[in-house]
Amino acid sequence: MQKDFEIIDHTADVGIVAYGDNISQAFGNAARALFSLITELDSVAEVVCRDTELSAVDEESLLVAWLNELIYLFDTENIVFKRFDVAVLPGSSLRARSYGEKVDGSRHRLKTGVKAATYHMLGVEKGNGCRVQVILDI
Amino acid sequence: MASSWREVVNRIDDYRWEIPTGYKPGMLVPGLVYTSEAMLDHIWQEQAFDQVANVAFLPGIVGYSLAMPDIHWGYGFPIGGVAATRVSDGVISPGGVGFDINCGVRLLRTNLTAAEVRPRIERLVADLFTSVPSGLGSEGKIRVSEKELDQVLVKGSRWALERGYGNAADVVVTEETGCIKGANPDKVSGKAKKRGIPQLGTLGSGNHFLEVEAVDEIYDLVSARAMGIADVGQVVVMIHTGSRGFGHEVCGDYVRLLGEAVRKYGIRLPDRQLACAPVKSAEGRDYLAAMACAANYAWANRQCITHWVRESLARVLQKSEKEIGLEQIYDVCHNIAKLEEHTVGGRKEVLCVHRKGATRAFPAGHPDIPDIYRDIGQPVLIPGDMGRCSYIAVGTERAMRESFGSTCHGAGRVQSRSAAKRSLQGSVVARELAARGITVKAGSMASLAEEASPAYKDVSEVVDITDRAGISSKVARTVPIGVIKG
Repeated sequence: MQKDFEIIDHTADVGIVAYGDNISQAFGNAARALFSLITELDSVAEVVCRDTELSAVDEESLLVAWLNELIYLFDTENIVFKRFDVAVLPGSSLRARSYGEKVDGSRHRLKTGVKAATYHMLGVEKGNGCRVQVILDI
Repeated sequence: MASSWREVVNRIDDYRWEIPTGYKPGMLVPGLVYTSEAMLDHIWQEQAFDQVANVAFLPGIVGYSLAMPDIHWGYGFPIGGVAATRVSDGVISPGGVGFDINCGVRLLRTNLTAAEVRPRIERLVADLFTSVPSGLGSEGKIRVSEKELDQVLVKGSRWALERGYGNAADVVVTEETGCIKGANPDKVSGKAKKRGIPQLGTLGSGNHFLEVEAVDEIYDLVSARAMGIADVGQVVVMIHTGSRGFGHEVCGDYVRLLGEAVRKYGIRLPDRQLACAPVKSAEGRDYLAAMACAANYAWANRQCITHWVRESLARVLQKSEKEIGLEQIYDVCHNIAKLEEHTVGGRKEVLCVHRKGATRAFPAGHPDIPDIYRDIGQPVLIPGDMGRCSYIAVGTERAMRESFGSTCHGAGRVQSRSAAKRSLQGSVVARELAARGITVKAGSMASLAEEASPAYKDVSEVVDITDRAGISSKVARTVPIGVIKG
């Protein structure tokens, strides 16, 4: 079975490669990869949800905007997410609903702080399924 | 593709290595890396030379695309990169500053000796840990309205001073006196402000820290004395943090906006993270105004933390702040872009100097450094990792002539965070440090493993290169005795 995502090591930062049958699924898996760095996904319950609508100049930029939006929600509302219903729409736009819960220090072990998603070595490849890649500043 | 750095890099002398423009078509200037032969293999392996070469594509870049010996792989710019562009026809790149705008270092001196502090170090570290909010998801003790946040963004350190955090003398010995002019809160997104409000007055996580250190070697007695450092064993306190989520959001916003400007102005770049716009364009000016806000936020942040550090030391040592003599030595930023006057080809010119993981190192006599340091040069503060040591240096004429008044900023990572975690356990790291007389308190054990010595280059090697190359001059070395990690 193909993995949903992989974490790639870099000296000072960290990279995400996520896969899916289509771009929407790959974007969802990239988001799961992001939160797997922040905490243990298994420890997160689906208690709250947040809706997101975004658009960008191209699909690569949309991926960066999507992940940065989630980092923003984590930073300002203290929510860790574990499940994502993502629909990437024509014209490099996206509608998503993300499920998770507020951080509870007694149950969630916070691991790595993520500052932002970058445009370095950024990629959205479509062919047989979809593979996306992004480097995070941590 | 060349298989070794030997096919690419020209040796100028033992500490200067040139990447010729022929390395990559499109380079406007050569690259120059300050390093030793011993470090070149690692730099080559992680493709940091390629990043130095990519920075040389920036329109209006002058001299060299520079890298300091603590260079390591970044995204877009390498960490340890310095690039100066002409204001007249050059560009400014938010990626050349980085996400943690005005990440920097502040150093406070004391009249205390290590012998006096050691018996109470456990209590002191515990007190500092509760007094200075740190760690992932931590919130500050200060609550400002959005309107007051605008004052923070415009005034920087002075805002903190007006609120009773710190002494007027602190501001004098802060780079730019703790406030870059031209900050305009209207150029900052609401999201950046929302991220910034709860995090004001927090240390953060990752490589940020607060350290109680003891001076263990003095190389330059005259400069040390000017900084209030009289003897080996004297205790100093180092604070390393930046503009927190506020700066990250500002950088993210402007990398995106300037990515659009790249198309508008027809700029060709080898890497999207190098997104830039002419310094003089509306987009470039807007970024500078927003970056100044983030820089000022960071100075206010370090100023508030300084105040709590003073309270904490007075409480634990049961002495007045005056008796302890907690005076600020200096405060530097090492992620910033500055408009500065430099001499290029015998002519004075205003340049936009990007320092991404590099420290300003102005020489004695420079008008931008405070009077008390006019004769010795600007203090340069270079933190190492928590198991080794840190350095105090001063800027030099040679830095002014060849590195746009810049030198290194720290040790530089050699091991990824997850590799460090795989090879080390946080609890073991803490025990080993304790055995060596270093008391550590961290928000998480994982962060201890990530930040342990093997993850970093030896800062002494880095500082010796900059010292021998002449772009900064060593003054003193300090060793940690108490460490707070986010």
